[in-house]
Amino acid sequence: MSYYFTILSPTDTPIFNIAFGTSKGGGDGIARFRFPDTAQYMNQFIIHSSLDIVEEAQWTNGGMYLKHVDTYPPAAAYISAFLTPSGARFLLLHQPPQLPNSNTGSLGSSSLLGPGGSTTRASSSSIAANPTSPQTEEAVRQFMNEIYESFVKTAMSPFYKQGMEIRSPVFRTKVTAAGKKWL
Amino acid sequence: MSTNKASRIGEEIWKTRVDKVNAELVTLTYGTIVAQLCQDYNSDYQEVNKQLDKMGYNIGMRLIEDFLAKSGVGRCANFRETADMIAKVGFKIFLNVAPTVTNWTSDNNQFSLIFDDNPLADFVELPDDGRAQDELWFSNILCGVLRGSLEMVQVQIEAHFVSDVLRGDDTTEMRVSLVRYIEDEMPPEEE
Repeated sequence: MSYYFTILSPTDTPIFNIAFGTSKGGGDGIARFRFPDTAQYMNQFIIHSSLDIVEEAQWTNGGMYLKHVDTYPPAAAYISAFLTPSGARFLLLHQPPQLPNSNTGSLGSSSLLGPGGSTTRASSSSIAANPTSPQTEEAVRQFMNEIYESFVKTAMSPFYKQGMEIRSPVFRTKVTAAGKKWL
Repeated sequence: MSTNKASRIGEEIWKTRVDKVNAELVTLTYGTIVAQLCQDYNSDYQEVNKQLDKMGYNIGMRLIEDFLAKSGVGRCANFRETADMIAKVGFKIFLNVAPTVTNWTSDNNQFSLIFDDNPLADFVELPDDGRAQDELWFSNILCGVLRGSLEMVQVQIEAHFVSDVLRGDDTTEMRVSLVRYIEDEMPPEEE
């Protein structure tokens, strides 16, 4: 499972992003997206294109965690969203290491996936295998909540201005740690 | 007066005679002041340190009266006692922290205050412009407070920070040195 995490300010400026891989089930924490290295911008495209859906979904319930909001089938990319009351959005793109077997048919094109059929799945945990399962939703919720806590602390720093890029190494470390812990 | 006794006095006053305010109010207010100073002086951190010290000095000159009224303690017999009084009573009743007094020089004229916890610096991360980490003493107002308040009771000191966890150091340490006891002096013109 590979992850791409972005925070957008209320005015849609990206203020933080990080790519990381799963550490569960023997994962080494390194992101391995299915795009070639030259096409990593695809993550940003996909994640930002989900913003419309996030905006629709944000009024559907009172919660801050919107769960899984969008899917980009060609790349098997799943997007989960979390809103803060001030309007910042946390978006997490997750991409399983290979297509879950049950969904192979419905997800269509596999041209981006490289040689399929390999059975060496890096992780067999339920999170990696089922991006929309309740366990995954729960893990992402824990992850988002932990980041929310760190985000609030970072935003309280007197030298941080609203809407400014988050450059704090402490925050980055905390996000990495939260990713390791929950995803 | 022993350190323990000073601790007890501080604890007692903190519990019974001090109005409390929300810690985050203090933290955010102070943080805003420092950030604003950095902006006003275009990140000239030496100047910011100086201004903070000056603000502290003005606070200290008034605060000492409040301190004496609240605590009701008398004159300290020596500088060691003064140190305990500052750490265990002064800091306790105004900031609810009790820094450790340590690293005395052999002539008993210099000591260090080690802050395990600094309510002024919660949430703070210094700007990453490559200079703030080396130049800005974020909590420098405290040096001024000590200097101002002690000066009002005829003790002239010099205080400065030597390390700060905000800069990545292991401890937050303030060095305080006794300069002299101020004797009452006649105004020079009067015969």
